[in-house]
Amino acid sequence: MSATKGSQPLLQLRGLCCERDGRPLFDGLNLSLEGGAAVQVEGANGAGKTTLLRTLVGSARDYRGEILWCGVPLPSALPQMRDSLLYIGHQAGVRRGLTPLENLAWYGAPEADALAALEQVDLHGFEDSLCQHLSAGQNRRVALARLYLPGSPQLWILDEPLAALDVAGVSSLQGQMACHLSRGGAILFTSHQPVALANLIRVDLAAFAPAEDWEMEACHAQG
Amino acid sequence: MPRADRFPPAPGYSSPAILAPGERCGPGFAGLLRVELLLALRRRSDIANPLLFFVTVLALLPIGVGPEPALLARLAPGMIWVMALLATLLSQESLFRSDFEDGSLEQLTLSPQPLYFAVLAKVAVHWLVTGLPLALLSPLLGLMLNLPAAGYGCLVLSLLLGTASLSLIGSVGAALTVALRRPGLLLALIVMPLYVPVLIFGAGAVQAAIDGYAYGVQLAVLAALLAGAAALAPLAAAGAIRISTDS
Repeated sequence: MSATKGSQPLLQLRGLCCERDGRPLFDGLNLSLEGGAAVQVEGANGAGKTTLLRTLVGSARDYRGEILWCGVPLPSALPQMRDSLLYIGHQAGVRRGLTPLENLAWYGAPEADALAALEQVDLHGFEDSLCQHLSAGQNRRVALARLYLPGSPQLWILDEPLAALDVAGVSSLQGQMACHLSRGGAILFTSHQPVALANLIRVDLAAFAPAEDWEMEACHAQG
Repeated sequence: MPRADRFPPAPGYSSPAILAPGERCGPGFAGLLRVELLLALRRRSDIANPLLFFVTVLALLPIGVGPEPALLARLAPGMIWVMALLATLLSQESLFRSDFEDGSLEQLTLSPQPLYFAVLAKVAVHWLVTGLPLALLSPLLGLMLNLPAAGYGCLVLSLLLGTASLSLIGSVGAALTVALRRPGLLLALIVMPLYVPVLIFGAGAVQAAIDGYAYGVQLAVLAALLAGAAALAPLAAAGAIRISTDS
Protein backbone atom coordinates (compact mmCIF):
# COMPACT_ATOMS: atom_id res chain seq x y z
CA MET A 1 0.00 0.00 0.00
CA SER A 2 2.90 2.33 0.69
CA ALA A 3 3.71 2.47 -3.02
CA THR A 4 0.21 3.67 -3.78
CA LYS A 5 0.40 6.60 -1.42
CA GLY A 6 1.79 9.96 -2.33
CA SER A 7 2.88 10.38 -5.92
CA GLN A 8 0.27 8.43 -7.88
CA PRO A 9 -3.49 8.70 -7.62
CA LEU A 10 -5.10 5.30 -7.08
CA LEU A 11 -7.34 5.39 -10.08
CA GLN A 12 -7.09 7.61 -13.12
CA LEU A 13 -9.32 7.83 -16.19
CA ARG A 14 -8.05 9.58 -19.30
CA GLY A 15 -10.42 10.31 -22.14
CA LEU A 16 -12.57 7.31 -21.34
CA CYS A 17 -15.44 6.60 -23.69
CA CYS A 18 -17.82 3.70 -23.34
CA GLU A 19 -20.55 2.36 -25.54
CA ARG A 20 -23.23 -0.19 -25.00
CA ASP A 21 -24.71 -2.23 -27.83
CA GLY A 22 -23.07 0.15 -30.31
CA ARG A 23 -24.63 3.24 -28.70
CA PRO A 24 -22.09 5.72 -27.34
CA LEU A 25 -22.83 6.59 -23.70
CA PHE A 26 -20.18 9.17 -22.84
CA ASP A 27 -16.73 10.14 -24.02
CA GLY A 28 -13.75 12.17 -22.93
CA LEU A 29 -14.25 11.32 -19.27
CA ASN A 30 -11.25 12.38 -17.18
CA LEU A 31 -11.10 11.58 -13.51
CA SER A 32 -8.57 11.00 -10.83
CA LEU A 33 -9.27 9.36 -7.50
CA GLU A 34 -6.89 9.42 -4.56
CA GLY A 35 -6.86 7.64 -1.25
CA GLY A 36 -9.19 9.41 1.18
CA ALA A 37 -11.43 10.81 -1.56
CA ALA A 38 -14.79 9.78 -2.93
CA VAL A 39 -16.39 10.24 -6.34
CA GLN A 40 -20.12 10.30 -6.84
CA VAL A 41 -21.14 9.53 -10.41
CA GLU A 42 -24.45 11.08 -11.38
CA GLY A 43 -26.53 10.97 -14.50
CA ALA A 44 -29.97 10.18 -15.82
CA ASN A 45 -31.16 6.60 -16.18
CA GLY A 46 -29.33 5.06 -19.10
CA ALA A 47 -26.52 7.61 -18.95
CA GLY A 48 -23.99 4.81 -18.49
CA LYS A 49 -23.31 4.85 -14.75
CA THR A 50 -23.45 1.09 -14.35
CA THR A 51 -21.48 0.57 -17.56
CA LEU A 52 -18.79 2.93 -16.26
CA LEU A 53 -18.45 0.98 -13.02
CA ARG A 54 -18.41 -2.38 -14.81
CA THR A 55 -15.75 -1.03 -17.16
CA LEU A 56 -13.64 0.09 -14.21
CA VAL A 57 -13.72 -3.31 -12.53
CA GLY A 58 -12.90 -5.00 -15.83
CA SER A 59 -16.24 -6.78 -16.38
CA ALA A 60 -17.09 -4.76 -19.49
CA ARG A 61 -14.23 -4.44 -21.92
CA ASP A 62 -15.76 -2.32 -24.66
CA TYR A 63 -14.10 1.06 -24.05
CA ARG A 64 -11.62 3.49 -25.49
CA GLY A 65 -9.27 5.69 -23.54
CA GLU A 66 -7.07 4.84 -20.61
CA ILE A 67 -7.77 3.53 -17.13
CA LEU A 68 -4.76 3.58 -14.82
CA TRP A 69 -4.47 1.80 -11.49
CA CYS A 70 -1.58 3.31 -9.47
CA GLY A 71 -0.16 4.60 -12.75
CA VAL A 72 -0.30 1.29 -14.61
CA PRO A 73 -2.80 0.98 -17.49
CA LEU A 74 -5.68 -1.35 -16.78
CA PRO A 75 -5.60 -4.59 -18.71
CA SER A 76 -2.17 -5.37 -17.22
CA ALA A 77 -2.93 -3.89 -13.78
CA LEU A 78 -6.24 -5.73 -13.42
CA PRO A 79 -5.00 -8.44 -11.00
CA GLN A 80 -3.43 -5.85 -8.69
CA MET A 81 -6.54 -3.70 -8.86
CA ARG A 82 -8.90 -6.59 -8.12
CA ASP A 83 -6.73 -7.44 -5.15
CA SER A 84 -7.67 -4.09 -3.61
CA LEU A 85 -11.24 -3.93 -4.86
CA LEU A 86 -14.58 -4.34 -3.18
CA TYR A 87 -17.30 -4.13 -5.83
CA ILE A 88 -21.03 -4.22 -5.18
CA GLY A 89 -22.83 -4.17 -8.49
CA HIS A 90 -26.36 -3.57 -9.61
CA GLN A 91 -27.01 -7.25 -8.89
CA ALA A 92 -25.53 -7.27 -5.45
CA GLY A 93 -24.09 -10.78 -5.41
CA VAL A 94 -26.26 -12.05 -2.56
CA ARG A 95 -27.11 -15.69 -3.10
CA ARG A 96 -30.74 -16.18 -2.32
CA GLY A 97 -30.39 -19.82 -1.32
CA LEU A 98 -27.96 -18.92 1.47
CA THR A 99 -28.46 -17.16 4.80
CA PRO A 100 -26.87 -13.73 5.35
CA LEU A 101 -24.22 -15.36 7.51
CA GLU A 102 -23.36 -17.93 4.84
CA ASN A 103 -23.28 -15.21 2.21
CA LEU A 104 -20.67 -13.26 4.16
CA ALA A 105 -18.72 -16.47 4.81
CA TRP A 106 -18.70 -17.01 1.02
CA TYR A 107 -16.93 -13.67 0.77
CA GLY A 108 -14.34 -14.95 3.22
CA ALA A 109 -15.54 -13.39 6.48
CA PRO A 110 -14.98 -15.25 9.76
CA GLU A 111 -18.21 -15.86 11.67
CA ALA A 112 -17.59 -13.38 14.50
CA ASP A 113 -16.82 -10.56 12.04
CA ALA A 114 -19.82 -11.47 9.91
CA LEU A 115 -22.15 -11.38 12.93
CA ALA A 116 -20.83 -7.98 14.00
CA ALA A 117 -21.23 -6.63 10.46
CA LEU A 118 -24.78 -7.93 10.19
CA GLU A 119 -25.61 -6.26 13.49
CA GLN A 120 -24.27 -2.98 12.10
CA VAL A 121 -26.64 -3.18 9.13
CA ASP A 122 -29.55 -3.94 11.46
CA LEU A 123 -29.98 -7.57 10.41
CA HIS A 124 -29.50 -8.91 13.92
CA GLY A 125 -31.88 -11.84 14.26
CA PHE A 126 -31.96 -12.58 10.53
CA GLU A 127 -28.51 -14.23 10.32
CA ASP A 128 -29.99 -17.65 9.82
CA SER A 129 -33.02 -16.97 7.61
CA LEU A 130 -32.63 -17.64 3.91
CA CYS A 131 -32.10 -14.50 1.82
CA GLN A 132 -34.96 -15.47 -0.47
CA HIS A 133 -37.28 -14.88 2.48
CA LEU A 134 -35.90 -11.39 3.16
CA SER A 135 -37.12 -8.17 1.58
CA ALA A 136 -35.31 -6.28 -1.20
CA GLY A 137 -33.98 -3.73 1.27
CA GLN A 138 -32.77 -6.43 3.64
CA ASN A 139 -31.00 -8.23 0.77
CA ARG A 140 -29.33 -4.95 -0.11
CA ARG A 141 -28.15 -4.69 3.51
CA VAL A 142 -26.66 -8.17 3.33
CA ALA A 143 -24.55 -7.01 0.39
CA LEU A 144 -23.65 -3.78 2.18
CA ALA A 145 -22.62 -5.68 5.30
CA ARG A 146 -19.42 -6.51 3.37
CA LEU A 147 -18.47 -2.84 3.84
CA TYR A 148 -18.59 -3.26 7.62
CA LEU A 149 -16.21 -6.21 7.76
CA PRO A 150 -12.85 -5.44 9.32
CA GLY A 151 -9.90 -5.55 6.97
CA SER A 152 -11.48 -3.97 3.95
CA PRO A 153 -9.94 -3.65 0.46
CA GLN A 154 -8.81 -0.13 -0.33
CA LEU A 155 -11.08 0.75 -3.25
CA TRP A 156 -14.84 0.51 -2.99
CA ILE A 157 -16.85 0.63 -6.19
CA LEU A 158 -20.54 0.69 -5.36
CA ASP A 159 -23.49 0.78 -7.73
CA GLU A 160 -26.44 2.58 -6.14
CA PRO A 161 -25.51 1.65 -2.57
CA LEU A 162 -28.28 3.83 -1.14
CA ALA A 163 -31.10 2.37 -3.21
CA ALA A 164 -33.81 0.57 -1.23
CA LEU A 165 -32.33 1.69 2.12
CA ASP A 166 -34.37 3.40 4.84
CA VAL A 167 -33.32 6.67 6.48
CA ALA A 168 -31.40 5.01 9.30
CA GLY A 169 -29.63 2.74 6.82
CA VAL A 170 -28.58 5.68 4.65
CA SER A 171 -27.13 7.55 7.61
CA SER A 172 -25.30 4.45 8.85
CA LEU A 173 -23.84 3.82 5.41
CA GLN A 174 -22.67 7.43 5.11
CA GLY A 175 -20.96 7.04 8.47
CA GLN A 176 -19.22 3.88 7.30
CA MET A 177 -18.16 5.53 4.03
CA ALA A 178 -16.69 8.47 5.97
CA CYS A 179 -14.88 5.97 8.19
CA HIS A 180 -13.41 4.25 5.12
CA LEU A 181 -12.22 7.59 3.70
CA SER A 182 -10.66 8.52 7.02
CA ARG A 183 -8.50 5.38 7.00
CA GLY A 184 -7.17 6.19 3.53
CA GLY A 185 -9.63 4.25 1.40
CA ALA A 186 -11.21 5.50 -1.79
CA ILE A 187 -14.83 5.19 -2.91
CA LEU A 188 -16.41 5.50 -6.32
CA PHE A 189 -20.16 5.17 -6.29
CA THR A 190 -23.30 6.06 -8.19
CA SER A 191 -26.31 7.59 -6.55
CA HIS A 192 -29.25 9.80 -7.36
CA GLN A 193 -29.39 11.08 -3.77
CA PRO A 194 -27.19 13.78 -2.33
CA VAL A 195 -24.58 12.24 -0.05
CA ALA A 196 -22.93 14.14 2.77
CA LEU A 197 -19.23 13.29 2.64
CA ALA A 198 -16.13 15.41 3.00
CA ASN A 199 -13.75 15.19 0.05
CA LEU A 200 -16.56 14.31 -2.35
CA ILE A 201 -16.10 14.91 -6.08
CA ARG A 202 -19.34 14.86 -8.06
CA VAL A 203 -19.22 13.84 -11.70
CA ASP A 204 -22.26 14.26 -13.91
CA LEU A 205 -22.12 11.99 -16.94
CA ALA A 206 -24.47 14.37 -18.80
CA ALA A 207 -21.49 16.72 -19.16
CA PHE A 208 -19.66 14.03 -21.16
CA ALA A 209 -22.53 13.00 -23.41
CA PRO A 210 -21.30 12.44 -26.96
CA ALA A 211 -22.69 15.36 -28.95
CA GLU A 212 -22.14 14.38 -32.55
CA ASP A 213 -21.45 11.22 -34.45
CA TRP A 214 -18.17 12.53 -35.84
CA GLU A 215 -16.86 13.05 -32.33
CA MET A 216 -17.47 9.41 -31.69
CA GLU A 217 -15.52 8.56 -34.83
CA ALA A 218 -12.64 10.69 -33.57
CA CYS A 219 -12.80 8.81 -30.30
CA HIS A 220 -12.56 5.49 -32.17
CA ALA A 221 -9.61 6.76 -34.19
CA GLN A 222 -7.73 7.71 -31.02
CA GLY A 223 -8.33 4.33 -29.41
CA MET B 1 -34.87 6.31 14.99
CA PRO B 2 -34.78 3.62 17.64
CA ARG B 3 -31.13 2.81 17.27
CA ALA B 4 -29.80 6.28 16.61
CA ASP B 5 -27.01 5.70 19.11
CA ARG B 6 -25.42 3.30 16.65
CA PHE B 7 -25.06 5.82 13.79
CA PRO B 8 -22.48 6.75 12.80
CA PRO B 9 -20.46 3.66 13.77
CA ALA B 10 -18.52 4.05 16.95
CA PRO B 11 -14.94 5.09 16.31
CA GLY B 12 -12.71 2.08 16.55
CA TYR B 13 -15.30 -0.27 15.19
CA SER B 14 -14.20 -1.87 11.92
CA SER B 15 -11.40 0.66 11.75
CA PRO B 16 -8.74 -2.03 11.41
CA ALA B 17 -6.52 -0.91 8.62
CA ILE B 18 -7.15 -1.48 5.01
CA LEU B 19 -5.90 -4.79 3.69
CA ALA B 20 -2.66 -4.68 1.80
CA PRO B 21 -2.85 -6.15 -1.69
CA GLY B 22 -2.47 -9.92 -1.59
CA GLU B 23 -3.70 -10.15 1.98
CA ARG B 24 -7.23 -10.78 0.87
CA CYS B 25 -8.66 -14.25 0.85
CA GLY B 26 -11.99 -15.58 -0.25
CA PRO B 27 -13.32 -19.08 0.34
CA GLY B 28 -10.91 -21.83 -0.67
CA PHE B 29 -11.83 -24.76 -2.89
CA ALA B 30 -13.27 -26.68 0.07
CA GLY B 31 -15.35 -23.65 1.04
CA LEU B 32 -16.70 -23.27 -2.49
CA LEU B 33 -17.52 -26.97 -2.57
CA ARG B 34 -19.35 -26.77 0.76
CA VAL B 35 -21.43 -23.77 -0.29
CA GLU B 36 -22.38 -25.34 -3.63
CA LEU B 37 -23.37 -28.57 -1.92
CA LEU B 38 -25.45 -26.64 0.61
CA LEU B 39 -27.25 -24.79 -2.20
CA ALA B 40 -27.83 -28.00 -4.15
CA LEU B 41 -29.28 -29.77 -1.12
CA ARG B 42 -31.64 -26.84 -0.51
CA ARG B 43 -33.00 -27.08 -4.07
CA ARG B 44 -34.18 -30.64 -3.82
CA SER B 45 -36.47 -30.44 -6.85
CA ASP B 46 -33.44 -29.70 -9.03
CA ILE B 47 -31.94 -32.97 -7.83
CA ALA B 48 -35.16 -34.95 -8.23
CA ASN B 49 -36.10 -33.77 -11.74
CA PRO B 50 -33.36 -35.48 -13.78
CA LEU B 51 -33.70 -38.66 -11.74
CA LEU B 52 -37.47 -38.73 -12.22
CA PHE B 53 -36.99 -38.16 -15.96
CA PHE B 54 -34.48 -41.01 -16.10
CA VAL B 55 -36.70 -43.45 -14.24
CA THR B 56 -39.95 -42.44 -15.97
CA VAL B 57 -38.68 -42.73 -19.54
CA LEU B 58 -37.04 -46.07 -18.90
CA ALA B 59 -40.17 -47.34 -17.15
CA LEU B 60 -42.24 -46.33 -20.20
CA LEU B 61 -39.91 -48.00 -22.67
CA PRO B 62 -41.20 -51.59 -22.21
CA ILE B 63 -44.75 -50.29 -22.63
CA GLY B 64 -43.77 -48.61 -25.90
CA VAL B 65 -41.73 -51.35 -27.56
CA GLY B 66 -43.41 -54.34 -25.95
CA PRO B 67 -42.24 -56.44 -23.01
CA GLU B 68 -40.33 -59.04 -24.99
CA PRO B 69 -37.28 -59.94 -22.80
CA ALA B 70 -34.83 -60.52 -25.65
CA LEU B 71 -35.66 -57.20 -27.34
CA LEU B 72 -35.38 -55.28 -24.06
CA ALA B 73 -32.06 -56.92 -23.25
CA ARG B 74 -30.78 -55.84 -26.67
CA LEU B 75 -31.93 -52.23 -26.13
CA ALA B 76 -30.99 -51.88 -22.46
CA PRO B 77 -27.34 -50.70 -22.58
CA GLY B 78 -27.93 -48.07 -25.25
CA MET B 79 -31.22 -46.81 -23.81
CA ILE B 80 -29.90 -46.47 -20.27
CA TRP B 81 -26.89 -44.56 -21.55
CA VAL B 82 -28.90 -42.25 -23.83
CA MET B 83 -31.36 -41.47 -21.04
CA ALA B 84 -28.54 -40.78 -18.55
CA LEU B 85 -27.08 -38.38 -21.11
CA LEU B 86 -30.38 -36.57 -21.64
CA ALA B 87 -31.05 -36.38 -17.90
CA THR B 88 -27.64 -34.77 -17.39
CA LEU B 89 -28.27 -32.34 -20.23
CA LEU B 90 -31.65 -31.36 -18.76
CA SER B 91 -30.12 -30.43 -15.44
CA GLN B 92 -27.23 -28.54 -16.99
CA GLU B 93 -29.08 -25.42 -18.07
CA SER B 94 -29.52 -24.16 -14.51
CA LEU B 95 -25.87 -24.72 -13.58
CA PHE B 96 -24.86 -21.03 -13.63
CA ARG B 97 -28.29 -19.41 -14.08
CA SER B 98 -29.11 -18.29 -10.53
CA ASP B 99 -25.53 -17.15 -9.89
CA PHE B 100 -25.66 -15.09 -13.06
CA GLU B 101 -28.94 -13.47 -12.09
CA ASP B 102 -27.98 -12.50 -8.54
CA GLY B 103 -24.57 -11.16 -9.54
CA SER B 104 -22.46 -13.68 -7.65
CA LEU B 105 -21.04 -15.02 -10.93
CA GLU B 106 -19.68 -11.54 -11.63
CA GLN B 107 -18.26 -11.42 -8.10
CA LEU B 108 -16.50 -14.73 -8.79
CA THR B 109 -14.90 -13.31 -11.95
CA LEU B 110 -13.60 -10.38 -9.85
CA SER B 111 -12.23 -12.53 -7.07
CA PRO B 112 -8.45 -12.93 -6.88
CA GLN B 113 -8.83 -16.71 -7.03
CA PRO B 114 -8.83 -18.38 -10.45
CA LEU B 115 -12.29 -18.95 -11.88
CA TYR B 116 -11.13 -22.47 -12.84
CA PHE B 117 -11.59 -23.78 -9.29
CA ALA B 118 -14.96 -22.12 -8.82
CA VAL B 119 -16.21 -23.82 -12.00
CA LEU B 120 -14.66 -27.11 -10.96
CA ALA B 121 -16.42 -26.92 -7.58
CA LYS B 122 -19.78 -26.24 -9.23
CA VAL B 123 -19.33 -29.10 -11.69
CA ALA B 124 -18.20 -31.50 -8.96
CA VAL B 125 -21.36 -30.76 -6.99
CA HIS B 126 -23.48 -31.05 -10.13
CA TRP B 127 -22.06 -34.54 -10.69
CA LEU B 128 -22.57 -35.47 -7.03
CA VAL B 129 -26.28 -34.65 -7.23
CA THR B 130 -27.04 -35.91 -10.76
CA GLY B 131 -24.39 -38.22 -12.25
CA LEU B 132 -23.71 -40.16 -9.08
CA PRO B 133 -27.38 -40.91 -8.28
CA LEU B 134 -27.99 -41.80 -11.95
CA ALA B 135 -25.15 -44.31 -11.87
CA LEU B 136 -26.33 -45.76 -8.57
CA LEU B 137 -29.91 -46.08 -9.85
CA SER B 138 -28.89 -47.71 -13.13
CA PRO B 139 -28.76 -51.35 -11.88
CA LEU B 140 -32.41 -51.08 -10.84
CA LEU B 141 -33.36 -49.89 -14.32
CA GLY B 142 -31.15 -52.57 -15.84
CA LEU B 143 -33.23 -55.09 -13.93
CA MET B 144 -36.44 -53.57 -15.34
CA LEU B 145 -35.02 -53.80 -18.86
CA ASN B 146 -33.75 -57.35 -18.43
CA LEU B 147 -30.10 -56.36 -18.73
CA PRO B 148 -27.95 -59.54 -18.81
CA ALA B 149 -26.14 -60.18 -15.53
CA ALA B 150 -22.69 -59.65 -17.03
CA GLY B 151 -23.47 -55.99 -17.77
CA TYR B 152 -24.23 -54.57 -14.32
CA GLY B 153 -20.76 -53.86 -13.00
CA CYS B 154 -19.66 -52.33 -16.25
CA LEU B 155 -22.86 -50.24 -16.49
CA VAL B 156 -22.28 -48.62 -13.10
CA LEU B 157 -18.56 -48.08 -13.70
CA SER B 158 -19.04 -46.61 -17.17
CA LEU B 159 -21.80 -44.30 -15.93
CA LEU B 160 -19.70 -43.11 -12.99
CA LEU B 161 -16.86 -42.15 -15.34
CA GLY B 162 -19.07 -41.00 -18.20
CA THR B 163 -21.52 -38.76 -16.34
CA ALA B 164 -18.59 -36.87 -14.77
CA SER B 165 -17.31 -36.11 -18.29
CA LEU B 166 -20.82 -35.11 -19.35
CA SER B 167 -21.13 -32.67 -16.41
CA LEU B 168 -17.76 -31.12 -17.27
CA ILE B 169 -18.47 -30.78 -20.99
CA GLY B 170 -21.96 -29.45 -20.35
CA SER B 171 -20.61 -26.71 -18.09
CA VAL B 172 -19.00 -25.08 -21.14
CA GLY B 173 -22.34 -24.95 -22.93
CA ALA B 174 -24.11 -23.72 -19.80
CA ALA B 175 -21.54 -20.93 -19.38
CA LEU B 176 -21.88 -19.87 -23.03
CA THR B 177 -25.67 -19.67 -22.89
CA VAL B 178 -26.16 -18.27 -19.38
CA ALA B 179 -26.69 -14.70 -20.59
CA LEU B 180 -29.46 -15.74 -22.97
CA ARG B 181 -32.94 -15.46 -21.59
CA ARG B 182 -34.18 -18.61 -23.33
CA PRO B 183 -31.29 -20.81 -24.35
CA GLY B 184 -33.70 -23.60 -25.31
CA LEU B 185 -32.17 -25.95 -27.84
CA LEU B 186 -28.98 -23.93 -28.24
CA LEU B 187 -27.38 -25.59 -25.23
CA ALA B 188 -28.21 -29.03 -26.64
CA LEU B 189 -26.82 -28.07 -30.06
CA ILE B 190 -23.54 -26.88 -28.57
CA VAL B 191 -23.07 -29.75 -26.17
CA MET B 192 -24.50 -32.77 -27.99
CA PRO B 193 -21.66 -33.29 -30.51
CA LEU B 194 -19.19 -33.23 -27.63
CA TYR B 195 -21.26 -35.79 -25.72
CA VAL B 196 -21.12 -38.30 -28.60
CA PRO B 197 -17.67 -39.86 -27.89
CA VAL B 198 -18.66 -40.42 -24.26
CA LEU B 199 -21.88 -42.11 -25.36
CA ILE B 200 -20.11 -44.33 -27.90
CA PHE B 201 -17.52 -45.62 -25.45
CA GLY B 202 -19.97 -45.83 -22.53
CA ALA B 203 -22.64 -47.84 -24.31
CA GLY B 204 -19.92 -49.80 -26.15
CA ALA B 205 -18.33 -50.86 -22.87
CA VAL B 206 -21.61 -52.23 -21.52
CA GLN B 207 -22.34 -54.08 -24.76
CA ALA B 208 -18.84 -55.59 -24.74
CA ALA B 209 -19.33 -56.73 -21.15
CA ILE B 210 -22.65 -58.38 -22.07
CA ASP B 211 -21.11 -60.11 -25.08
CA GLY B 212 -18.36 -61.48 -22.86
CA TYR B 213 -15.50 -59.42 -24.23
CA ALA B 214 -12.96 -57.46 -22.23
CA TYR B 215 -14.22 -53.90 -21.64
CA GLY B 216 -11.12 -52.46 -20.00
CA VAL B 217 -10.21 -50.48 -23.12
CA GLN B 218 -13.52 -48.66 -23.30
CA LEU B 219 -13.37 -47.80 -19.61
CA ALA B 220 -9.80 -46.58 -20.06
CA VAL B 221 -10.92 -44.32 -22.90
CA LEU B 222 -13.78 -43.02 -20.73
CA ALA B 223 -11.28 -42.30 -17.95
CA ALA B 224 -9.00 -40.53 -20.43
CA LEU B 225 -11.93 -38.43 -21.68
CA LEU B 226 -12.70 -37.56 -18.06
CA ALA B 227 -9.09 -36.54 -17.38
CA GLY B 228 -9.03 -34.37 -20.50
CA ALA B 229 -12.39 -32.80 -19.68
CA ALA B 230 -11.38 -32.09 -16.07
CA ALA B 231 -8.28 -30.28 -17.27
CA LEU B 232 -9.80 -28.32 -20.14
CA ALA B 233 -13.55 -27.88 -19.65
CA PRO B 234 -13.34 -25.60 -16.56
CA LEU B 235 -10.86 -23.40 -18.45
CA ALA B 236 -13.23 -23.12 -21.39
CA ALA B 237 -16.21 -22.54 -19.09
CA ALA B 238 -14.29 -19.82 -17.20
CA GLY B 239 -13.57 -18.06 -20.51
CA ALA B 240 -17.21 -18.40 -21.52
CA ILE B 241 -18.33 -16.93 -18.19
CA ARG B 242 -16.14 -13.88 -18.77
CA ILE B 243 -17.76 -13.42 -22.18
CA SER B 244 -21.25 -13.91 -20.75
CA THR B 245 -20.80 -11.41 -17.92
CA ASP B 246 -19.41 -8.81 -20.36
CA SER B 247 -22.75 -7.71 -21.75
